[in-house]
Amino acid sequence: MTAAPSLAMAREPAPRVPALGAHGAADVSHRVILYLEDVTVTFDGFRALNALSLYVDAGELRCIIGPNGAGKTTMMDVITGKTRPDSGTAFFGQALDLTRLSEAEIAAAGIGRKFQKPTVFEHHTVFENLELALRADRRARRTLFATLDGAARDRIAEILELVRLSGEAGRLAGQLSHGQKQWLEIGMLLVQEPQLLLLDEPVAGMTDEETERTAELVVGLAKERSIVVVEHDLAFVARLGGKVTVLHEGAVLAEGKLDDVKADPRVVEVYLGR
Amino acid sequence: MTPAPRQPIVLRLLAATPRAGWLALGAFALTALVVVPGLYLFTPPGSPLHVPDHVLTVGGKIMCYAIVAVAMDLIWGYAGILSLGQGLFFALGGYAFGMYLMRGIGRDGVYQSDLPDFMVFLDWKALPWFWRGTDHLAWALALVIGVPALVAVLFGAFAFRSRIKGVYFSIITQALTYAAMLLFFRNETGFGGNNGFTDFKRIAGFSIVAPGTRATLFALTAAALAGTLVLVRFVVTSKYGRVLAAIRDSEERVRFLGYDPLWYKLLAWTLAAVLCAIAGALYVPHVGIINPSEMSPASSIEIAIWVAVGGRGTLLGPVLGAALVNLAKSWFTVAFPQLWVFFLGAIFVLVTLYLPDGVLGLGRRVLRRGVSA
Repeated sequence: MTAAPSLAMAREPAPRVPALGAHGAADVSHRVILYLEDVTVTFDGFRALNALSLYVDAGELRCIIGPNGAGKTTMMDVITGKTRPDSGTAFFGQALDLTRLSEAEIAAAGIGRKFQKPTVFEHHTVFENLELALRADRRARRTLFATLDGAARDRIAEILELVRLSGEAGRLAGQLSHGQKQWLEIGMLLVQEPQLLLLDEPVAGMTDEETERTAELVVGLAKERSIVVVEHDLAFVARLGGKVTVLHEGAVLAEGKLDDVKADPRVVEVYLGR
Repeated sequence: MTPAPRQPIVLRLLAATPRAGWLALGAFALTALVVVPGLYLFTPPGSPLHVPDHVLTVGGKIMCYAIVAVAMDLIWGYAGILSLGQGLFFALGGYAFGMYLMRGIGRDGVYQSDLPDFMVFLDWKALPWFWRGTDHLAWALALVIGVPALVAVLFGAFAFRSRIKGVYFSIITQALTYAAMLLFFRNETGFGGNNGFTDFKRIAGFSIVAPGTRATLFALTAAALAGTLVLVRFVVTSKYGRVLAAIRDSEERVRFLGYDPLWYKLLAWTLAAVLCAIAGALYVPHVGIINPSEMSPASSIEIAIWVAVGGRGTLLGPVLGAALVNLAKSWFTVAFPQLWVFFLGAIFVLVTLYLPDGVLGLGRRVLRRGVSA
């Protein structure tokens, strides 16, 4: 009885808001990096997410599939703070409540997101796009006097090499091909060094060869961080391996290996059979 | 995280502007700081080299407008915030400095009172509290910067936190400056009502109409313009400036990169407000009057037109735009006074449709074509 308060005192209260620029904030001591529990989101009466529960382990490569309107993008929006759930909880690691943080704070805490449509800054050069994404202090008064040191330049050069844009560093991002923009965006995510990477249809509009290279890249990246991929292309999902979650009408319909999931009659009915 | 090695700020300022820019600035400084004031002061009025009074007044006025245009370009051209209320900050700076000039009249006013004439006319017995200390130049200058900065921070924090953007932001800024104009029109507000402030006599002890004072004022304004250009150039070429331009192009994407656009916008917005206020403070002694018409919605729209005509997202463009439009205005309002607003509207439509990059963009296109031909 007497010991209980002192124990509570001894524990440092978790900071609610990580400073912009603070990194690796997620506490993954319990193996799980992302918790979504009973998350419900409604838009004008339409239940985009219906008591969705989903757990992603640290270091996992998870693929989310499901028909249009299953809630895949809404789920991403909840994780990144763009949409607030009506009910339910969303945690990044043990301590960071995603439903209370802003988009910028969540990004700074270590969740990177690639959008469905490639969104690079078209009036900035490829190099500048990476410079903006580079892990560094995000506060306005710091960026006013920020200079790129050698290590940062090396890091950008390394990523340019990885996404095969070394020859395009000085070009405006708006002049790149669709596939190159997708790759630049992946590069921008990499220099952010996120702990959790969300990829929304990363191979949409890519050629077969680009898709193959992207798969290689994603599998390689999964060695260092957790990745959640939303994708329609089942061949790509198969290529990635890992666990698959099927969403349907805002909730999890099935979860497991791709082959098992494909064999599930409920999944066949709502998704694959059509 | 290890901070990058720091270069002295002076070197960084030097590096931000290219050599051609420094040469142009040097030429401008030589002309505006030495040649023009020198010819004005030291050549006899009949001489072909003499610079007459009105050239100094018009030139000074246009340089003030150019500062406003550069500030407008910072927030519109680079940050994508189309403010149609910059006239408010210009006027606030003007009024703050106008208070000092009014106090400088002393007992030389019509009523030979310690109070400004309009207060005597209203039968006020004492200075309102906010006039206290305005007879000191330093305090007046602090007000010139502090009051508009405070208004900008409060309004900006509210607007940017609520994520008010685009045309909604433009409309609210129009409403803001209009409301301020109505407030300043009232005699009870304590700023001279619709007449504003005028009949200034002296500035820092010197007669305001003395040639030496006017030449100094002209040179100070030129220095302020040059300083504004160097400062804004530094800001837009820094990483901060690149984040700002990224916010202009895709604010949401910037947020998902981990930047909070609020502080970026607020800083640029406040800096622009302060620059407009400094321009306003310099403008008042040049023209000898400040009244609420500076806060009219149309005046603020005109500022946006200067920038559009000159070329958004460049720094030289707005300076050219402010000069061209205002020279055209000076001529038009004498030749066809009723037609000016129509002409201004026509310019805006034509520039928007055919010259998205303004005259500077047109010039560059012509040059490029000339090179490739």
